[in-house]
Amino acid sequence: MSTNFGPNPWHQTNWDFRAAFNFIFGGTGAGLLVVAAFSGVSGNALRAEMLLGMALIGAGLISVWFEIGRPLRAMNVGFNPFTSWMTRESFAAGLVFALGLAAAWFASQPLAQAAALAALVFAYCQGRILQAAKGIPAWRVPALIWLVFTTALAEGAGLFTAVAALFGAPASGHALGYFSLALIARALAWSIYRGGAAKATVRAALAVLDRAGKMLIQFGSIGPLALLLVGWFVPDFARIAVFLAGAGALATGWQFKFVLITRAAYNQGFALPHLPVRGTR
Amino acid sequence: MTRWAMVADLRRCVGCQTCTASCKQANSTPPDVQWRRVLDMEVGEYPAVKRVFVPVGCMHCEDPPCMHVCPSTATKKRPDGIVTIDYDLCIGCSYCAVACPYQARYKTDRASFAYGKATPAEEQGYDPKRLAVATKCTFCVDRIDAGLAKGLTPGIDPEATPACVNACITQTLSFGDVEDPHSNVSQLLAENQTFRMHEELGTGPGFYYIWDKKEEGAAK
Repeated sequence: MSTNFGPNPWHQTNWDFRAAFNFIFGGTGAGLLVVAAFSGVSGNALRAEMLLGMALIGAGLISVWFEIGRPLRAMNVGFNPFTSWMTRESFAAGLVFALGLAAAWFASQPLAQAAALAALVFAYCQGRILQAAKGIPAWRVPALIWLVFTTALAEGAGLFTAVAALFGAPASGHALGYFSLALIARALAWSIYRGGAAKATVRAALAVLDRAGKMLIQFGSIGPLALLLVGWFVPDFARIAVFLAGAGALATGWQFKFVLITRAAYNQGFALPHLPVRGTR
Repeated sequence: MTRWAMVADLRRCVGCQTCTASCKQANSTPPDVQWRRVLDMEVGEYPAVKRVFVPVGCMHCEDPPCMHVCPSTATKKRPDGIVTIDYDLCIGCSYCAVACPYQARYKTDRASFAYGKATPAEEQGYDPKRLAVATKCTFCVDRIDAGLAKGLTPGIDPEATPACVNACITQTLSFGDVEDPHSNVSQLLAENQTFRMHEELGTGPGFYYIWDKKEEGAAK
């Protein structure tokens, strides 16, 4: 850390769990739409997955709607697509809902895939929203964009496989392969982000990030990958293993984002590079 | 082109908080909201301890992160560098507050007054438009504009100068046009060594801190 003079940074109080829920539910919903659209499910299963994904995104948006000071002006969120990632997120959400509802209505895979592309943009916007918050060192690390993005994919794939296991309709090999890749990508993204955060943020923020990151790696990456392997080699145990793997990926992603927004968001504080020179020297 | 800026001479500030009080009076800000506040810092270890008082608030950045993130375009930057908030557009999402590296923005969800019930002065200054939206220092933009309309010079004529600058008992705070080489603030910047808060973030704050005079021969 710098040797500047100034009071220690303190935790921001502007965004609380309601904002965190937008990233938690929105990311998972977007990830679910992606895996559902490209996993080959069709008919009512596709409809159910699309509706669940949109419901999660909607829950996130409603949650953040409860946080804004002037909820009746919520439509003003769309006024600044030129520079605001929040506006762009809202546009992406609109596109997701339009295409997703059409896909659910017609049980159409091409429409679902179009909605999934919009969901990818939505998840990317969520990463950019946090990274553009210059006042919070733990958020403005560029690698956070990809951590938020990859955890959305991992959470969505986790939910997809867990739901499939729960209803006795095991996910395809392709879906499980994609889930594994998403877990690996998220672990890599965490590792890169942790390196950037170490240079940027304060010790207190790093301490809580490290605890959350440890969970993300142990119970959200290594554990689920091991369970998927167990399920692969021990078919009798496959259903419960895949369910636990999916639940683990989902829960650890959620806890990480909750911590990121509500525990690790220390502000910049103030820092003087020089002290005033008073009197004689 | 005009670029309004503020200069704080840290060697002069005694931490009396008169600027804070005058800002609260001039702008009728509620309790716990201080558009102009003064940090009271203790630096070093006994016996080499120093106290430093640092006026802070909105830095009216050249490249304001709050403006870029604002989804409603409520936050804007005027050509003269003053960053403003349109209370009728703001949705109170607080995105600007987390984007600001200077903790300069406030949001008050419900009306509150220093002694519970509004005093006559608080009643007079109460503006419901400011509830549940982002607020911050405006550099007393109304005074500047009204003063300019009368042909006055902000930073020189008190009527056209921010309230905190007028109230400062030690002349720590100065206000003026940094684009004008003959202005009071340009002179101060030319004669002294200065820094801006968190300059490494690239926001280009319009608030300068004087910490020492320039070395002999360095001043032009």
